[in-house]
Amino acid sequence: MAKIPKPEQLSKIDLKPKKHWSQFPIDIRPGMYCHGAKAKDMKVLELPNARDWSPAEEDWKLPEDWKQTVLDGIKERLEKYRSFHIFMDVCVRCGACADKCHFFLGSGDSRNMPVVRAEILRSVYRYYFTPGGKIFGKYAGARELTVDVLKEWWYYFFQCTECRRCSLFCPYGIDQAEITIIGRELMNLIGLNIGWITGPAANCYMKGNHLGLEPHTIKSSIEFFVDDIKDITGVKIEPTFNRKGAEILFVTPSGDLFADPGTYTAMGYLMLFHELDLDYTWSTYASEGGNFGFFTSMEMAKRLNSKIYAEAKRLGVKWIIGGECGHMWRVLHQYMDTFNGPADFLEQPVSPITGTRFENAKSTKMVHVVEFTADLIKNGKLKLDPSRNDDLIVTYHDSCNPARGMGFFEEPRYVLKSVCNHFHEMPEDTIREQTFCCGSGSGLNASEDMELRMRGGFPRANAVKHVHDKHGVNMLANICAIDRATLPPLMDYWVPGVKVAGTHELVANALIMKGEKERETNLRAEPLPGKGGE
Amino acid sequence: MGIAFSFAAVIALIVLAFIGVKGLNLHFLFGAIVPYAAFLAFIGGFVYKVVKWGRSPVPFRIPTTGGQGYSFPWIKQNKLDSPPTTIWVIGRMLLEVLVFRSLFRNTKSDLNHGKLVYGSEKLLWLFGLIFHWSFLIVLIRHFRFFMVNVPLPIKIMEALDSFFQVGVPLVYITDLTLILGVTYLFIRRVIMPQIRFISIPADYFPLLLIFAIGATGILMRYFLRVDIVGVKQVSMGLVYLQPIAPGSVGVIFYIHLFLVSVLFAYFPFSKLMHLGGVFMSPTRNLANNSRMVRHINPWNYPVHVHTYDEYENDFREKMKQAGLPVEKE
Repeated sequence: MAKIPKPEQLSKIDLKPKKHWSQFPIDIRPGMYCHGAKAKDMKVLELPNARDWSPAEEDWKLPEDWKQTVLDGIKERLEKYRSFHIFMDVCVRCGACADKCHFFLGSGDSRNMPVVRAEILRSVYRYYFTPGGKIFGKYAGARELTVDVLKEWWYYFFQCTECRRCSLFCPYGIDQAEITIIGRELMNLIGLNIGWITGPAANCYMKGNHLGLEPHTIKSSIEFFVDDIKDITGVKIEPTFNRKGAEILFVTPSGDLFADPGTYTAMGYLMLFHELDLDYTWSTYASEGGNFGFFTSMEMAKRLNSKIYAEAKRLGVKWIIGGECGHMWRVLHQYMDTFNGPADFLEQPVSPITGTRFENAKSTKMVHVVEFTADLIKNGKLKLDPSRNDDLIVTYHDSCNPARGMGFFEEPRYVLKSVCNHFHEMPEDTIREQTFCCGSGSGLNASEDMELRMRGGFPRANAVKHVHDKHGVNMLANICAIDRATLPPLMDYWVPGVKVAGTHELVANALIMKGEKERETNLRAEPLPGKGGE
Repeated sequence: MGIAFSFAAVIALIVLAFIGVKGLNLHFLFGAIVPYAAFLAFIGGFVYKVVKWGRSPVPFRIPTTGGQGYSFPWIKQNKLDSPPTTIWVIGRMLLEVLVFRSLFRNTKSDLNHGKLVYGSEKLLWLFGLIFHWSFLIVLIRHFRFFMVNVPLPIKIMEALDSFFQVGVPLVYITDLTLILGVTYLFIRRVIMPQIRFISIPADYFPLLLIFAIGATGILMRYFLRVDIVGVKQVSMGLVYLQPIAPGSVGVIFYIHLFLVSVLFAYFPFSKLMHLGGVFMSPTRNLANNSRMVRHINPWNYPVHVHTYDEYENDFREKMKQAGLPVEKE
């Protein structure tokens, strides 16, 4: 694996390019990209050109007619997506987006300016699809599609986390996420995905979740949490799986069943739902809220997403709660109903505890767990002792997708402020709708591209460092499973001493449960403030 | 790249019109045929492009949300940045189109000793606004040339525009601000590295062309003083499809008209189509209500899925052993 430079070296970034972007050679550099997709995973997903390949080799084993396939693919997508069509035509290169991208701010690489990341595709669009580009060629900013251009696309479409920060600032709302999504679809037509996306997507397709946990393993993982919860709280929880007739189906990212600190968030859900005596079930078939299909193609996103409604129907539940996750919620909020709806076999969600009707989910019938919890707290249904989190000085990282694809800002803050006594916001240019990505979203959270991730996460880490230095912030709360997987190494690299937690971990720490024993530790088995250790 | 090319192109256009009119006496070509052709290209091209965009469907509802969405009654919504209904979408769009609201958010990032800092950056917004509004007002003012009697709104606009009552003829504020705006947009593109090194000829050319249009217009009105009655005859002739192109009107008028014609003809095939595109951008013109109202994708098609039955077939024994319920024993 490529060695990552030290933070002092990495943070020497020149944000002022010295020549035109098209004059920089393409340098496909180790540490900045992920391994190629594997043949076996591509076969499972029925993706074209399934073969093992490596981006490090000269020969990417492209199909013979790759060029025509890509051009046909562009044409088809121009006709299918008004967004793509308009975004190809109307950019004026005003540059407002240029310094809004975390990858540009962390690398100074011109092609990481959203405008240029779009321009590398737009130039080809002009050459083949516009009269100006056909006649005036490079004077109209047009260029031919070659293998080198293709490699450039691949390299830079996998240096975009589809966070939409650029689209917030664009006067025409040009959304690089949309262009990246379509760019990656084009890549997938000729077999150029990355292993870290096709692997989880193939797992999800066959086994129901990205991690490839088989049904019995899911059950045993959760039972393991149940044992831990018993040790910490004295309360015995008995979750159910694939249970027909439950009122609610609960779907969350499988990452939280697997690795710390996401596991503590999963324990948080278990404790909360138990305390409420909620009539809910886990599913082993729809055991993934996240959707790495979304990073492959819209079709793949739909194929993976279909399981949620299918399982809700099979089990006969009334509505669905979704766990904390970023891109999962973009799909659930903006795509699921269109993909796989209408969910007319479900009922409009009503909280059985508070009676609140979730008007905002009346069509999809799927409620965000943080909405659910915010409503509980607002209605005084939870007994909370925020002082159990008093050793934590918390800040909140808005995940890109709930921020700019949902407008989900106040619910998590309300919950966090209810369960923690020490909360400080990061600077306003780095939160809410202006939030910075963790740097590893959209399927880039592999290990071989660690330098890319540390660069992409630099603006986020920089803002955390600000509140770490100023307020002593030591906990970065979030509502995203990818954040929980990717922010810990980012913090270790840039801001040592800051830990990462899902919001429901902190909720569960503060939650006073019926019949619980005097708690000595938090969910991480660390002594609670004032209980030994200190 | 492209500054010299674009500059040369605009000079060539000016020279072309000059030679054509002054040298070859092609008044009718430059005073009637080219303007008609350009106008047709503009209308035809604009409609073609908008129709083409419109024929591409909007398969998903993908607004970029810039504020708190619709949630509980006790959570304050930001209805403009996360519009719950069409009315608020219209509000968002109006602010976007009329006052460039997204651009108003613009910030500037700098790296100071390893620390990223963000400052406010409103100049692009300010000069962009000055440029576009000036251009619009100048354009509307020109309608006096296309109507027998000048309508009152245009007279009022002219009066306001010459509010300072300076010079003979009175100086229009927007003549100056148009030049100011276009000059700023050009200079920032040349001197700011982040902008210069993303620019292509198609960025410089329209700016220089518009500068030349403004400059020839100003020359004509304030300095070279063309035969204004003749100008009105030409423009009225164009409107009433009885074109005349008298030689008595100075060549500067023909150059101005030719450059305007080029701009019109160039418009639909260039980035200037952002004028149409801004209204149709799906990240701005849709409500953030996707969980409340189902959005229909006209090309939604059935996909190959891995069904529960297939899944259970794969894992039935393991599920039974783990005590998980199964459909088929």
